[in-house]
Amino acid sequence: MSTTAIFLLSILALGFLITFQIAKASEYVSILKGEKKSFEQSNRVNAFLMVLFLIGSLIGIWLCHQALYGKTLLPMPSASDHGEKIDTMMFITIGVCGVVFFITQILLFWFSFKYQYSEKRKAYFYPHNTNWEILWTTIPAIALCVLVGFGLYYWYKITGDAPQNAMQVEITGRQFNWIYRYPGKDNVFGKKFYQKINPNDQNELGLIWEDKAAQDDIVTTSAMYLVVNEPVKINIFSRDVIHDVGLPHFRMKMDAVPGTPTTMYFTPKITTEQMKKITNNPEFEYEIACDQMCGNSHYSMKGIVKVVTKDEFALWRAGQKPQYQLVMAGNNTTDSTKTTTPNAAGDTSKVVAAIKK
Amino acid sequence: MSNEAAMHGHPEVVTTHETHHDEHHVHHHKETFITKYVFSQDHKMIARQFLITGMVWAMIGGLMSVLFRLQIGYPDQTFPWLEDILGRWAKGGKISAENYYALVTMHGTVLVFFVLTGGLSGTFANFLIPLQIGARDMASPFLNMLSYWFFFIASVVMLSSLFVQTGPFSGGWTAYPPLSALGDASPGSKVGMDLWITSMALFVVSSLLGGLNYITTILNMRTKGMTMTRLPLTIWALLFTAILGVLSFPVLLSGLILLLFDRHAGTSFYLSDIFMSSTQQALPNEGGSAILFQHLFWFLGHPEVYIIILPAMGMVSEVLSINSRKPIFGYMAMVGSLFAIAMLAFLVWAHHMFVSGLNPFLGSVFVLLTLLIAIPSAIKVFNWLTTLWKGNIRLTPGMMFAIGFVSLFISGGLTGIFLGNSTLDIHLHDTYFIVAHFHIVMGVAGFFGMFCGIYHWFPKMFGRYLNNTMAYIHFWVTIIGAYLIFWPMHYAGLAGMPRRYLDYSNWESFNQFSDLNKFISTVAMVVFAVQLMFVFNFFYSIFKGRKVTTQNPWGATTLEWTTPIRAGHGNWPGEIPEVHRWAYDYSKDGREFIQQTEPVNPNESKH
Repeated sequence: MSTTAIFLLSILALGFLITFQIAKASEYVSILKGEKKSFEQSNRVNAFLMVLFLIGSLIGIWLCHQALYGKTLLPMPSASDHGEKIDTMMFITIGVCGVVFFITQILLFWFSFKYQYSEKRKAYFYPHNTNWEILWTTIPAIALCVLVGFGLYYWYKITGDAPQNAMQVEITGRQFNWIYRYPGKDNVFGKKFYQKINPNDQNELGLIWEDKAAQDDIVTTSAMYLVVNEPVKINIFSRDVIHDVGLPHFRMKMDAVPGTPTTMYFTPKITTEQMKKITNNPEFEYEIACDQMCGNSHYSMKGIVKVVTKDEFALWRAGQKPQYQLVMAGNNTTDSTKTTTPNAAGDTSKVVAAIKK
Repeated sequence: MSNEAAMHGHPEVVTTHETHHDEHHVHHHKETFITKYVFSQDHKMIARQFLITGMVWAMIGGLMSVLFRLQIGYPDQTFPWLEDILGRWAKGGKISAENYYALVTMHGTVLVFFVLTGGLSGTFANFLIPLQIGARDMASPFLNMLSYWFFFIASVVMLSSLFVQTGPFSGGWTAYPPLSALGDASPGSKVGMDLWITSMALFVVSSLLGGLNYITTILNMRTKGMTMTRLPLTIWALLFTAILGVLSFPVLLSGLILLLFDRHAGTSFYLSDIFMSSTQQALPNEGGSAILFQHLFWFLGHPEVYIIILPAMGMVSEVLSINSRKPIFGYMAMVGSLFAIAMLAFLVWAHHMFVSGLNPFLGSVFVLLTLLIAIPSAIKVFNWLTTLWKGNIRLTPGMMFAIGFVSLFISGGLTGIFLGNSTLDIHLHDTYFIVAHFHIVMGVAGFFGMFCGIYHWFPKMFGRYLNNTMAYIHFWVTIIGAYLIFWPMHYAGLAGMPRRYLDYSNWESFNQFSDLNKFISTVAMVVFAVQLMFVFNFFYSIFKGRKVTTQNPWGATTLEWTTPIRAGHGNWPGEIPEVHRWAYDYSKDGREFIQQTEPVNPNESKH
């Protein structure tokens, strides 16, 4: 065993030994002093510590807030319209719960200190009081009605149907990355079937090439491009296990479930470039974090969202070739993560055969 | 008062002879070592067996968290000495992703089921139910014994899964398929998952045998005069806990059996449209729903958190009342709110699934039902506070943990209002906010309830006291440490930092918390070391603690303190006691306390 381990273990053992000796000694001392007297003394000390803990905690909460609030997303503007609603709801809830938190915690530790044992004090026989109990049933009930009311109002807005003109994007999770698909010029996603998935033929999504609508679909793994201020509907799929499209800056999240398509929609409000300035971080990217345990590389399953202007989007789009063309032409794809196997690339007959299978 | 007992300069080791004296009047059958300590049918011994097994599991589960916190706190460092201790679990002094997830999964499974369900309910339901209702033992001591031994076998199977070659199950304690159904998706889902399912099935059997026994005993074996409204709140809480377990554990079992079929019998209950990247193959399964498992799992999973917290609430109510020297405020409201929580526990499971693609309308129903739980919870908190108000508070270690429980329950309960609201859950789901929430309200609060119970009833269990100084250190380090660990996690959650990641350094959005992660890991190690001190205190005091010399050291009213200090099998040497009043006559008519066995004096004031 290495020296570090021995060193750590011996410190631990020494700590235990000292504590144990003190603990044992204090037990003997309490016998000498008299049980009652030592009980009263430790009661006083602990009651004092209760109120000290209260004050210390309040200071600690303030310090923690100073240190960490700036690192959360709350001081930053939300990158989506839905996120703004969620932030509003968050502040309402923090307000309501914060008041309750401070009142009850202060009372709890203050009472523990104030009503500490004293020989002179007589506890007050007070088994119940219906009025009080009605009071603290109704007040929480009213507060919760407010929270439920606001919550559901926003919930229906966020989960409601996407507007008709919303841009459509498809995202598919697999162990351990994301695949994005755009419907192409016809604005219709081509049909797909998971049995047709064939990475060797560059058909990661199992698109059915006989379907005309599939032939102009764009498939990429580099990033999901979205247009600022334009509503987008994201259709979410999974190829293997459950994943989750987590978009912290947009405050959005939805599971990707194999066999059960899900959707989310929102309107991005801030472009990636603007966000770099807001966060003062030139490296900033909107990251897609997988938020559902999906296997051993779950922690590194990252995607990128690029929010761009309409013009930039058109430019990007113009540079993308439909997957069908890439497969047929056997070109190396623009997508660096794709692997082209020598026998499949460019071999049209093989693709056709795969379709017929 | 804990301090009436005299200190023994030459403490004696507990031997079987000591208890022999008390047993004398009760039963005359011969007891061997095997029937007394191993296959015991005495509820008190079974309780101790559950407690000690639970404590062993708690140490294993806690150690696991220290190991994986080492990885999150110091992702860029290696600890060669870890390899010396753990071998392949820490190759090159680093916890690999595979082992990290195995540790996280086992930590969750072990602490939720084996410690806070088996160890908590198992211990205190067994110990307190017969003693507090005035029964000689459980309705079926034999089933009770089986309940422990099924728990033990479940433990052995779970423990053995740590040593299989492909590793234990590593897909999170919720075991969502398809990840948990497909060995090709994760090595932990190979034989480790079969052992996990087997172990959980045995655990469910144990829980059912225990639960049916608890319910039967409480309903049928109360002593003369012990009407339901005279029961201490511990018993009410344990009754509701047992009912929750009996009604919800079978649903988990059915879900796991379907999972087993999907794994080995080629069925498609949960599987559909899957192409495995690791084998480059599409699976034939179609038409299953992965979400079905989540419904079945959380139909147990949510009541499970109340199975953990209700016994803690019951014991805390009892200890707060005894040590404030005041009746519990609003006894009927306390029973009513326990009942309301137990009922609502069955109606809120889908709040774990707001972002699983659940119909938004269904989601809104679950929002309403979930937030309703805050009302009985608020009643309980205010009633506890009023119980303390104008009391004469003795800060015994049990009492301090009870106060700590209330504080943690408030903190963790309030963050539940965030997560139960589907709008906020979209943002907070599966981030560190939820980790902070459930660790405070279920994990640490559950442990505080358990510590409260152990410190308070230790004199009854073992006839000796725990060392007070170590108890105070234990309390203060644990509560301060728990808040230092979990309070800042809320902030990480508000940044959207996902849980179950072992390294955030590649993430632009989450790497600002690396210092925080270090800090949390360091505090976690200190808190864990102090728990080891508690375990030492526990075992040391069983043999060498200060002896209890009075029957009723805390001045409590309930029946367990009318038994001999070291009660034998059968609990009361003579007749079982008759009950004449409720359990909370403290400081009434100028008397400090009136035991339940004392007949009501016609001149007594009414409550």
